Amino acid sequence: MGEPMKIRATLTGDTTEVKVLMNHEMETGQRKDAQGQTIPAWFIQTIGATWNGKSVLSAQWGPAVAKNPFLSFRFKGGAKGDKIVVRWVDSRGDQRSDEAVIA
Amino acid sequence: MDDGRRTFLKSGGGVTLLALLTAAGWLDADEALAQTWNKAAFDTHSLGDTLHALGGGEPAPSRDIEFVQTPEIAENGAVVPVGVASKIPKTESIAILIEKNPNMLAAVFDVPAGTEPMISTRVKMAQTSNIYALVKADGRYYVAAKEVKVTLGGCGG
Repeated sequence: MGEPMKIRATLTGDTTEVKVLMNHEMETGQRKDAQGQTIPAWFIQTIGATWNGKSVLSAQWGPAVAKNPFLSFRFKGGAKGDKIVVRWVDSRGDQRSDEAVIA
Repeated sequence: MDDGRRTFLKSGGGVTLLALLTAAGWLDADEALAQTWNKAAFDTHSLGDTLHALGGGEPAPSRDIEFVQTPEIAENGAVVPVGVASKIPKTESIAILIEKNPNMLAAVFDVPAGTEPMISTRVKMAQTSNIYALVKADGRYYVAAKEVKVTLGGCGG
């Protein structure tokens, strides 16, 4: 299990904006350590976001997404108190799921 | 993690088997999610190869794809904000490609109906490069490019 994500979902008019800040090294596999050994790639590969169980975004990432990834998107609908769940799976098979309510 | 089952899944291979297992409730959703990463697309080094791996043909240049919150000059290549908004009807997915990175493809976002075709994130850039926004809409591909100058690269040690 990785570190918790920060998720903020806000309703403006009929549109919900979701902002997610994930905690992950997003190691590229390009860097070398002090001994000159390549540091193996380790990064989030798949992301899924749901609103009340319905998919509102899914994504695939490569190691070029920045460390501690940020993601924002908007969807039509949503009401205050509805549940947003975001989950990711990384290249080691580790995964994390966090939720927030629309404010 | 049960190693036997992993091996079985890998050797089982096909999407159909995976779909069956998912439908049967043998796999939870998170594990199914992990299987969908398109390794071929993320290993490519050119726009053409990436398109091929994503299953698309030649993209048409489009003025209906806009970069938002994307700087002209990025002081730190390790954290470059990139936002893409598509005005093309029936936009299904948005991909971000960075021409001069070791691997071109940075991210692919699938946009279900009801979600606005506008996403933003942050990427790493090895050096000054064109960023391509590749949009799939109604089965066709469209592309727009923007050059971002990088003062300090984000992929080296």
